[in-house]
Amino acid sequence: MSIRVYVPRETTASSLGAELLVDALTTEAKYRGLDITIVRNGSRGACFLEPLVEVETAQGRVGYGPVQLEDIPDLFDADFLNGGQHRLSLGDVEKLPWFANQERLTFARCGIIAATSVEEYKAHGGFKGLENALAKEPAAIVQEVLDSGLRGRGGAAFPTGIKWQTVANAEADQKYIVCNADEGDSGTFSDRMIMEGDPLSLIEGMTIAGIAVGATKGYIYLRSEYPLTQQILLEAIANAEAAGYLGNNVAGSGKAFTLEVRMGAGAYICGEETSLLESLEGKRGQVRYKPPLPALKGLFGKPTVVNNVISLATVPVILEKGGKHYANFGRGRSLGTMPFQLGGNIKFGGLVEKAFGLTLRQLIEDFGGGTYTGRPVRAVQVGGPLGAYFPASLLDTPLDYEEFAKAGGMLGHGGVVVFDDTVNMARMARFSMEFCAAESCGKCTPCRIGSTRGMETIDRIVAAKNEEEREAQHIILKDLCETMEVASLCAMGGLTPMPVMSAVKHFKGDFQ
Amino acid sequence: MMQVVNPVRYQDFSLERATQVVQEFKDQPGALINALHKLQDTFGYVDEAAMPMLAKLFNLSRAEVHGVTSFYHDFRRSKPGTYTVRVCQAEACQAMGSVELTEAIKQQLGVDFHETTADGTFTLERVYCLGNCACAPSIMIDKQTYGRMTADRFKSLAESLSAKAKGSN
Repeated sequence: MSIRVYVPRETTASSLGAELLVDALTTEAKYRGLDITIVRNGSRGACFLEPLVEVETAQGRVGYGPVQLEDIPDLFDADFLNGGQHRLSLGDVEKLPWFANQERLTFARCGIIAATSVEEYKAHGGFKGLENALAKEPAAIVQEVLDSGLRGRGGAAFPTGIKWQTVANAEADQKYIVCNADEGDSGTFSDRMIMEGDPLSLIEGMTIAGIAVGATKGYIYLRSEYPLTQQILLEAIANAEAAGYLGNNVAGSGKAFTLEVRMGAGAYICGEETSLLESLEGKRGQVRYKPPLPALKGLFGKPTVVNNVISLATVPVILEKGGKHYANFGRGRSLGTMPFQLGGNIKFGGLVEKAFGLTLRQLIEDFGGGTYTGRPVRAVQVGGPLGAYFPASLLDTPLDYEEFAKAGGMLGHGGVVVFDDTVNMARMARFSMEFCAAESCGKCTPCRIGSTRGMETIDRIVAAKNEEEREAQHIILKDLCETMEVASLCAMGGLTPMPVMSAVKHFKGDFQ
Repeated sequence: MMQVVNPVRYQDFSLERATQVVQEFKDQPGALINALHKLQDTFGYVDEAAMPMLAKLFNLSRAEVHGVTSFYHDFRRSKPGTYTVRVCQAEACQAMGSVELTEAIKQQLGVDFHETTADGTFTLERVYCLGNCACAPSIMIDKQTYGRMTADRFKSLAESLSAKAKGSN
């Protein structure tokens, strides 16, 4: 019987040589007269173990990692196809504390199944949510999402169910579901991972959204930096169509829902929902004034649900197990789980899905094992390039929307970027302004001009000859940041002051 | 050992061929960006001569087409080198030394951002985040991402790529 060997087809694994392993494993097995089948799963999220090769043995699934090309003959010699011991042996990876201590709802299947296989998806609970949704009235589907307490995982944390309700109540001949897959925030990769590892969960989530609000067409707006993700999504969509889960008669319900993937073109601002809609319409990605809300006048002027990948990919498990089940996780107004992403200078980086409420320290120390360089943690940026920099003294802040806001930061999309003590925070603050200047859509003045003035002001602070001069520039920077914060049209200009001012607040000594 | 991508062979630009490859988008609503991607994938860049044709196809003004093309970082206006190297400049990669890596890559190739090496092999670009933040610093060559990049690894990768580009000529 052919032995199943799992090699992730996923960006991180591929960036560390996974594609080379596929060829080498096939060749070596052939040479030794062994019958193997390579299964292309996604990543389980332990990036530090990639490329993680797993084998289905009589004793269960066992892992080896990180595997390099030169390890292959050695692995065969150690009889890894039957679970043989090797320097890279990990045993059952789900028993490793890194995985065992997670609470996976959205990512339950990711890395486990062949990513684009409808059959394996169904064998692991896939399409049960859709089945349940089809048995309900649309309003009851929306109610289930409301009951779950799910808030937009893209960063703004707006209640998903309320957005859906607004679109459901709007009268129109055509409505749309738009998935925001323009994951541009540095330090975030959960959207990519679910789209590469369990794309059918996103497809199912979008279909459920379509049925709930009466939309028959969905678009996935994917950033162009993710070409492998695009291939995998297109394959999954084709498989879902062939199995009757997309098209004019979704799962035999008589309801229609079709999906199209559209590629971005390297503009960070297109992750902002109205700019994204402009871009989907083939225009410059410039932010729109609100109101009107996209829920009422969105894509091509029609009522549109715009949700992040993770929000939509979480919908199937909510409909499968019930909104109340999902709401059992988390605390306060931060309900459910969040796929946190640990990146930057971190020893054990990757994706940690956990109920809201664990502390930043638990995430960085218990899961992450501290910095990659082994030096002390000095600063942590949470929530992408528009999120605050926290000093080590704030590591005990619980990861929850309200707690983070209270501490002067934001959770955003759940990206956590760790820096060691060699970081210069004045340089990072300047970079935030630089990034805003490079990526501003240019529509509003505070963002377009303020970012460049901000860069110049930080340069003057650093170059100041005496304290008096430096303080005078600090006052200008603070004033500028206040203007950007209150007068910008969207979160890009409005939140760029957050990393800048948090750097000034917690690391003022670096600004000289 | 690292994955060595195959050199992309772009077609020489002709308006006739350009018109042909974008026809599939004619009746799709708002598909101008799809068409621009298609042109760039085919020819390596978006030729100025294609603008009036696109304007006509999508019933837009030439100014609108120009405005869209120039808004997005992805779209190039001249032919790139055989390989496009994108070096991540975002925070997670900076935490792992991307500033120094960027300098080393610029030195190694002898070009700055948005420039092409004299032999036409590499075009250097910057990018903000490749979504590989747990294995930083990252670079991307054409459509292949590389994690845990170092100056030394880049040097040997660039040499393999150069050899491959020359070998296939």
